[in-house]
Amino acid sequence: MSSVKTSAGGEPGLTALAVSLRGVTKTYDNGVMALGPLDLAVRKGEFISLLGPSGCGKSTALRLIAGLGAPSSGTVRVAHHDGPAQPGQGIGFVFQEPTLMPWTSVRENVRLPLKLGGIPKAEGRARADAALASVGLADFADAFPRELSGGMKMRVSLARALVTDPDILLMDEPFAALDEITRFRLNNDLLALWRSLRKTVVFVTHSVFESVYLSQRVVVMTARPGRIQADIRIETVEPRGEEFRTSAAYSDYCRKVSAALAPSYSGQSVL
Amino acid sequence: MNAQPSLTAKPSGAQRAVRFVLPVVVFAAGLLAWELVVRIKEIPPYVLPAPSIIFLTLIKDWAVLSQSLATTLLTTLEGFVAASLGGIALALLFNQSKWVEYSLFPYAVVLQVTPVIAIAPLLLIYLEQQTAVVVCAFIVAFFPVLSNTTLGLNSVDRNLAGLFQLYGASPQQTLRFLKLPAALPYILGGLRIAGGLSLIGAVVAEIAAGTAGAGSGLAYRIAESGYRLNIPRMFAALLLLSLAGIVIYGGLALVSHLVLRRWHESALGKEN
Repeated sequence: MSSVKTSAGGEPGLTALAVSLRGVTKTYDNGVMALGPLDLAVRKGEFISLLGPSGCGKSTALRLIAGLGAPSSGTVRVAHHDGPAQPGQGIGFVFQEPTLMPWTSVRENVRLPLKLGGIPKAEGRARADAALASVGLADFADAFPRELSGGMKMRVSLARALVTDPDILLMDEPFAALDEITRFRLNNDLLALWRSLRKTVVFVTHSVFESVYLSQRVVVMTARPGRIQADIRIETVEPRGEEFRTSAAYSDYCRKVSAALAPSYSGQSVL
Repeated sequence: MNAQPSLTAKPSGAQRAVRFVLPVVVFAAGLLAWELVVRIKEIPPYVLPAPSIIFLTLIKDWAVLSQSLATTLLTTLEGFVAASLGGIALALLFNQSKWVEYSLFPYAVVLQVTPVIAIAPLLLIYLEQQTAVVVCAFIVAFFPVLSNTTLGLNSVDRNLAGLFQLYGASPQQTLRFLKLPAALPYILGGLRIAGGLSLIGAVVAEIAAGTAGAGSGLAYRIAESGYRLNIPRMFAALLLLSLAGIVIYGGLALVSHLVLRRWHESALGKEN
């Protein structure tokens, strides 16, 4: 389990935590228990991956952290706000799909969180342009989403999540639908952004390789209802780059994570 | 998609020209055949007027016909505006509250499936004639707007809705920046149908009203000319109605295209 100690609220140790889930369960209206009980602590500035089979509730956990829905029991704490997260409070969310508004320009898509927050138009545009530049899309501000490739759309989605300068970035299988080459490039770009911006990142994926490559900690979840199967720290020379992807350490970690993941799939029929 | 029209545009341009020219050729050939048959067989105008006579009648009776056209178009416009605003407003209301939807939707369907020609005489009893005619146009036209807008408002991307929730959007912001833009293609589709239908509603009501004096729409002119065996004028009025319908449809289709051309699949070229 996590090395971070989480005792009753208000202690100094707690301020170092960006996200803390305790005894969190989620049961849907139809009686399906999707999650838990789940205990998870994420330190500020940490990059962790939630890894598990489809339907294990990892996306549900992410939505609960984001404040999109309430847990059936347990507590979700984000940064040092007590109770459930207030919507949008210091959180950026990247969905599996780019989830852009097709009817407006890339710049307006990125500006949306600021517009909803009542930030003046001129300032919002400037910040949207800066966010677009940080993902390498400065030249595409006036394009419409349909004119972009899948990878570029995902970058726009990332820029939108970053435009409010959130402390925490939640990513729900953001690169799952992309081809491998594009995914590798976006992995590297994401790592570079994380190194320069030092956000807390919670990254949901079903790819062992992606989770090991990106994160400092890989949290392996069981099949439904999702609980924590293993919590594996990935330690390597930083900054990581393509050479890490081909290193022996990398494949060792992948083997270790795969082994931890295997029980989650036992008893499940493979389609 | 705007860089290389030269290679792909040529065949599609020719094809477009053919698609435009062919119906015109067919139309001209039909008119010619009609004219010839009438002249050779010496069919009297009160049985079947030749196209040339219809055209001359259109010019000769323009004063009367144009006034009737204006009346019918005004009725159509009023019915269309009422149907558009009413249909969109009702759909928004349904979207806000399931209870309102469950309570009222069946009546919207009843109103839609009851033939307006059967309701018109009743409306003419209870309402002033001009109001009754507009109400008929409204009844026929509002349902496609309502059902299309409802469909559009329910088609909002679930993740986008989550995003708006995440950033604490107010209900007004969600409506203005998410629901209405997402529903726009559906609303425009509904309006395109409603435009033609409000003309039909207006014509049906005018025919049902059918009394001389106040009612002077094109449909009334057709009925009146029928009684007087003024067949050329009947055809001329019918021609005007037909043209009005085409212009309404074309205008709304153009508006829809201009509004959606930058983002919606329906308005984009098929080449990519």
